[in-house]
Amino acid sequence: MIRDWLIKKILPRALWIYHVNCGACNGCDIEVLDTLTPYYDAERFGIRLVGSPRHADALVLCGPMTRQTAPAVRRAYEAVPDPKVVFAIGSCATGGGMWHDTYNVLGGADQVLPVDFYVPGCPPRPEAILHGVATALGLTTKEVKAMRAIQEGSDVEIEDLPEEQWLVQEQD
Amino acid sequence: MGVLKTLWSKLKQAILALKPGRVTLGYPFTPREPEEGFRGLPRVDVNRCIGCGGCAEVCPARCIRVVDTDQTTRVLCFLHERCTFCGRCAEVCPVNAIEMTKEFELSTDDPHEDLVGEYHIWMGPCERCGRCFEAPSALDRLKRTGMRCDEIDAKCAIACPAGVEADSEETKS
Ligand code: SF4
Ligand code: SF4
Ligand code: SF4
Repeated sequence: MIRDWLIKKILPRALWIYHVNCGACNGCDIEVLDTLTPYYDAERFGIRLVGSPRHADALVLCGPMTRQTAPAVRRAYEAVPDPKVVFAIGSCATGGGMWHDTYNVLGGADQVLPVDFYVPGCPPRPEAILHGVATALGLTTKEVKAMRAIQEGSDVEIEDLPEEQWLVQEQD
Repeated sequence: MGVLKTLWSKLKQAILALKPGRVTLGYPFTPREPEEGFRGLPRVDVNRCIGCGGCAEVCPARCIRVVDTDQTTRVLCFLHERCTFCGRCAEVCPVNAIEMTKEFELSTDDPHEDLVGEYHIWMGPCERCGRCFEAPSALDRLKRTGMRCDEIDAKCAIACPAGVEADSEETKS
């Protein structure tokens, strides 16, 4: 509650981001840099990269959070002054991507840090990253919705299926 | 003289830079369509899917799970939070039921809630083992009795050897 309020208060100002690679293949990192070029111009929203987490308002995490990087990322997170926002960029950071169950990967940024916004994509287009940041800033609205459907001719409508019988939530 | 030369070269650069005009995109305030061939979120056309499970077999991120909830219902569970948008599922699908849409604005604050797809497919049961086997023919479709979850009533819950509890108002949808 207080956190949401603080985020609302802080975010409309300039948002300085610190970019962390937690084991990404560099695809997402390139797209994050792309977002900062004049063509996409994230600086319109006051976004700029800073060199130290102590100067940052937001962490931008790319990659599936490998075992090796997790302690460093945690330290970087602790160094960011409150209130802080964490963005997970890419399918890897969102849910572990292709590596979600490998032995040296913890499976997504949210296994280590509380993440506020997720931008899936492999890598996400710069527009998708901009959309994620703009949604966090309250400039645009969330577009994606869960899709549930039953094949034609069923006597049950998908809306009638009680929530306990939705299957996807059981998946890890 | 040197100063003038430098000034002139800078002026030339400024003129060159002015020529292309403004290149910054208006996105997110103006929409921007992805290019031809862009692969966004895969979506399944349930009415076409035959439930073969080929997409789950090839998915490199293993984000498709196939669950048979009963003898005639197969559910494809898509977990798009780790989908890599590779398009393998759409490529392998024998009936082209999967379409790689152009949806790319997928940012969310709750991926477990928003980035999922759940598709319930009707199957014909195998005559020997009784499990989901193949897509029902037109005749099979006529014989369908409904999903098992709607048939659980208090009576069969008492008799159920697996101890399924039915709270008849909710499960009987
Ligand atoms: S999401 Fe894709 S592009 Fe980004 S780090 Fe993972 S594998 Fe690389
Ligand atoms: S696009 Fe690729 S990763 Fe995504 S569901 Fe299809 S096969 Fe799996
Ligand atoms: S979507 Fe296509 S590949 Fe996947 S189960 Fe259905 S028919 Fe088979």
